[in-house]
Amino acid sequence: MNEFHKLKDRIAIVGVGNTPYGNFPDTDDYGLGARAFRNAVEDCGIEKDKVDGLLVCRVPHYARMGEIIGLNPRWTIQMPPHGRMSGMAIIEAAAALDAGLCDYAALIYANIGRSRRVNYGGEESPGVWDPWGFTSPGAAHAMMFQRHRALYGTTTRQLAEVSVAFRHHACLNPAAVMKQPITIDDHEAARPITEPLRLLDYCLINDGAVCIIMTTKERARDLKKKPVMISGIGAREAFTTGSIGNFDLNFWHDEMQDVAAQAYGMAGVGPSDVDALMCYDNFSPTVLFSLEGLGFCKQGEAGSFVEGGTLKLGGKLPTNTDGGHLSNSYMQGWALNVEAVRQIRGECEDRQVPNAQVVQYCGATPCSRSIIYTPG
Amino acid sequence: MQTAIAKPRPKIDNVNRGFWDNARAQKLSVQKCGACEDVHFPGSPVCPRCLSEKQSWVEVSGRGKLLSWVRFHRAYWDSFRADLPYLVCLVGLEEGPLLVSNLVGVEPDDIVIGAGVEAVFEKVDDELTLPKFRISG
Repeated sequence: MNEFHKLKDRIAIVGVGNTPYGNFPDTDDYGLGARAFRNAVEDCGIEKDKVDGLLVCRVPHYARMGEIIGLNPRWTIQMPPHGRMSGMAIIEAAAALDAGLCDYAALIYANIGRSRRVNYGGEESPGVWDPWGFTSPGAAHAMMFQRHRALYGTTTRQLAEVSVAFRHHACLNPAAVMKQPITIDDHEAARPITEPLRLLDYCLINDGAVCIIMTTKERARDLKKKPVMISGIGAREAFTTGSIGNFDLNFWHDEMQDVAAQAYGMAGVGPSDVDALMCYDNFSPTVLFSLEGLGFCKQGEAGSFVEGGTLKLGGKLPTNTDGGHLSNSYMQGWALNVEAVRQIRGECEDRQVPNAQVVQYCGATPCSRSIIYTPG
Repeated sequence: MQTAIAKPRPKIDNVNRGFWDNARAQKLSVQKCGACEDVHFPGSPVCPRCLSEKQSWVEVSGRGKLLSWVRFHRAYWDSFRADLPYLVCLVGLEEGPLLVSNLVGVEPDDIVIGAGVEAVFEKVDDELTLPKFRISG
């Protein structure tokens, strides 16, 4: 047994909160982060001043965040604004809580990309390949999907199944940004951005914030809601081709297989036990890569695996039941972890997966992560 | 006469200067470790394999395989707007390293992943020459 497996069912998510999602030029990251924190505090019923751990992500400065919400913690971490941080952050907080470095950790993420007109490419993110006009994470995913098509015959109509399923879920989620149903033909007719990807393969860019409050299993019992346990975690980076950002020649397959072995091994479950999957979806192809890497299907078979509504509620593997980054909100994995918690609590109303007992978060990125959640 | 808006240029530093000097002389090069002979790109202050600082830029064949390609329909820089839609390729060099570049002299319908490619050199101005690739057939 791996040493980290002893963390199984030791640490719980006890409170979750978020802001509305949209375009909010009249506030900023701190204002949104504070609202999400207040909602998470209310969700779990903790006395605010008991929070003695603070992790901030995409928030400009940890100390200003602490000042605003009136905290002087004994554990503080600031994570960069990259999309892959949510799984990393939750795992780091779990380790800190288990070590006793803090008793209650609040993890605050905020994004103001919509109101501040962030482009995710060009001058905002200088890179080695700029002189050739290669920029943006979407282009890297287009590069991977083109190769997946050539190697395995995956089609854009199969890829469309991802966007169509998640939009269906967004239409059931009152908080989601996108409300219009779409079809496979809509996906095929959308304007190309970086071919072979089209507009409906790209995540939203919207403002919003998310807060997650975590503590140990013992402390969780004293709070308002039934805890959701972290039962499995897995992690592996792929930095070898780091200069081509957000890209892996083999679709992060080896890394995700490693992540899957760690997380499933720790939780004592396998892909067939997963009631709902929350899959990082900055661009639709990464969902196919994740399904293959985690072992829901073999490498190269994700296109046929998702055909016919597999990822929709009622399908074989309900995925991103909140609508994901493609149609709910671009909270860079954070809202997906919140959705996992709400599914296990049974709070998802029209989009509830019946009797959700095992909900898995995953992100196939240069820092691949997975977390398996179960009821406490 | 209207002056074209300048495209982004490489940020030349002590590590990558050799690559751009060689490109100006129409040579494609990768960094080679003087200790363990590992070849890599982009340049690095130490060898990613053995951590030696003995690094130099050595000419390569310019031949490789097309691993993937995309076509940009959106201009992330205004200076690329006139080029839309433009092709970007991912090349695996014979010697191992991966390069991102532009694919020239081919229509999208004729591109086959796995095809052989070879480097060509496009002079931008006296200081800058960009290595690009064409299908070698």
